[in-house]
Amino acid sequence: MHVDRTEKTFFMFSVALVVVFAIAVGISGMVYGIALPTPPEGFDVNPQTVATPGVSPWGEQPAEARLHELAPGEYEVYILAQTWTYMPNRITVPVGSKITFYVTSKDVIHGFRLQDTNINMMVIPGEVSTLTATFNEAGTYDFLCHEYCGVGHHTMYGQLIVE
Amino acid sequence: MYKRTHKYVSWYLGVAFASLFIGGSLGPFQSLEHAGVNLYPQLQTIGIQSYYQGLTLHGILNVLVFTTFFIVGLMTFTTVHSLKRDLTHHAVTLVSLVLMIVGLLITAVPILLNKATVMFTFYPPLMANEWFYVGLTLVVIGSWIGGLSMYLTIATWRKENKDQPIPFIALSSTITMIMWQIASLGVAIEMLILLIPWAFGISGGTDPQLARTLFWFTGHPIVYFWLLPSYVSWYGMMPKQAGGKLFSENLARLVFWLFLLLSIPVGFHHQFVDPGVPAGWKTLHSVLTYSLFLPSMLTAFTVVASLEIGGRARGGKGLLGWIRALPWDNPSYTAQNLAMILFVFGGIGGLTNASYNVNLAIHNTSWIPGHFHLTVGSAATLTYFGISYWLVPKLSGHKLFKPKWALAQAWTWFVGMILFSNGLHVVGLNFGSPRRTMLGVSPYFNDAWSPLLIEAAIGATILATSGFLFYTVLLGTVFSKQKLEEPIEMPIAEAYHDESYVPKWLDSFKPWIIATAVLILVAYGPMLFYFFSNAATRWTSPGFMVW
Repeated sequence: MHVDRTEKTFFMFSVALVVVFAIAVGISGMVYGIALPTPPEGFDVNPQTVATPGVSPWGEQPAEARLHELAPGEYEVYILAQTWTYMPNRITVPVGSKITFYVTSKDVIHGFRLQDTNINMMVIPGEVSTLTATFNEAGTYDFLCHEYCGVGHHTMYGQLIVE
Repeated sequence: MYKRTHKYVSWYLGVAFASLFIGGSLGPFQSLEHAGVNLYPQLQTIGIQSYYQGLTLHGILNVLVFTTFFIVGLMTFTTVHSLKRDLTHHAVTLVSLVLMIVGLLITAVPILLNKATVMFTFYPPLMANEWFYVGLTLVVIGSWIGGLSMYLTIATWRKENKDQPIPFIALSSTITMIMWQIASLGVAIEMLILLIPWAFGISGGTDPQLARTLFWFTGHPIVYFWLLPSYVSWYGMMPKQAGGKLFSENLARLVFWLFLLLSIPVGFHHQFVDPGVPAGWKTLHSVLTYSLFLPSMLTAFTVVASLEIGGRARGGKGLLGWIRALPWDNPSYTAQNLAMILFVFGGIGGLTNASYNVNLAIHNTSWIPGHFHLTVGSAATLTYFGISYWLVPKLSGHKLFKPKWALAQAWTWFVGMILFSNGLHVVGLNFGSPRRTMLGVSPYFNDAWSPLLIEAAIGATILATSGFLFYTVLLGTVFSKQKLEEPIEMPIAEAYHDESYVPKWLDSFKPWIIATAVLILVAYGPMLFYFFSNAATRWTSPGFMVW
């Protein structure tokens, strides 16, 4: 099959472009550690029991107790998404904290996006969504639901306060 | 000639345009709401209970109904006229048309009654009235039968024309339908095995992560189902309309085969931030998606080269002077060329979305509707408008009503879409404002969003004007008293080089279909096997009707 020379050159350029992008993405992942959410080990969540205290970390009461300090400045927080709020929806940590978020849902699919971070996840009943971020700047960071979850979807949000 | 086929094609197009009218009309209300003008109390008086019901209608009527009906109708038409041979079994096409219309009516009832406010993605555990799912399934099955009618016709043509390669337009149209046939298996399995038994109360729970995976198995290639008919026109017809020739016809054939092969095993790039899909599979789909960019780059070169041939043949000189010489006074040409320009930006955005972790920056933000209004909303829809500007006169036998208004329609769509899509892209990327959300009344609304949402609303208003122009020209043509002086023929581009020899591997269905099936098995097999074999512990979600 005959291919015009200029077209061949253009095609080679397109391939090179895509290869450069793939390398850049690879570096961002492997060198800078920018990661997508992946299934964590050791959790078995059933949306029908996940909110039960004593059974699951997302059932701990009160909801504010779901923020655990693992070491100075290192936290994990178990957030339960439900129509139409997060429990807890107000989290306070000191500046410089590193937080690992574990989010799941007890009803429909929700979203979880924490402003000014790379934390952007789908929240699916039966699955656990987890990502980590470090907060070196004080301020109030909204986290909100970006997946349609019913008529109150636009009211579903919370706040992380870093002080 | 082909009277019965034309009658059915007219019906497909008629239902398509009626659906787009209703679905499209809801768009400006959404954009105005974001900019602070909330007209939903007024819309309640005509039965739209909420922003979300309106958005569900907008999505389903525009990208499931308008597109499927228009495409099946158009591909039926292009196949017959390219083969210069009528359908072998008109009854098969009639069954397709009737099943699709019946399915549409069945699904429309719950949607209009606010019992299916689940968006066009209908992700469980959101649960719609059971007939919503039944109706949509019938529309999909009806589209398969429309494809079957084309395959039967091609098979007969082959027997009658031994050793002749299938003409380019008929081949590319058939490949489009075959690709859809395979792609829609995902959503068909989701409907028949997961959602319909669940909605009827037969299975007690479902697996939302599996449902999303099956949906996006179809959800990525569906965008090529929308786009490839535009490519059929841009490669196969536009060069003729521009006075040019198709620069590389065999390469164009290869591009379509590559789309069959590569469109489907990439769906995880819509699930990059899904918790239940491991990183390795997301990486594989990301790499395959990058390779899918290449046939579109080939298309860019070949189509522009073909148009350049036309521009120079029309007297254009110099490095860029040939662009001025193109038939900008022809609304069919102009709409399609403007659609191509908008598509460049849509393609760049798409590559961004597919770039694995870059997706974290924009997933489910306003960037996403900014992106897809350039692709399905322009590359597809504006091209379909352009095609209609010769096809509707041909089918109706009437002159195009007010061609200058048709030109104005193309240019207002272009300008309106630039403003609309730019506003949404920027507010989504810079501020992370969420999509599918009634932003104007949200408690977390950030005033920094306002100028961009206002820009988008101005764009949406211009688009509404453009829509009004389109429907005026469409209805004016259908009901015109002015008959065509000369019959219109479907434009068919000739090859620029001598490409009368088509290598067998570019003219055979079997090897490509087998390769497609193998690649899908590799890219999806293991995860789907894992989900289904663990059904007993995974089907734990009951349904919720939370609107």
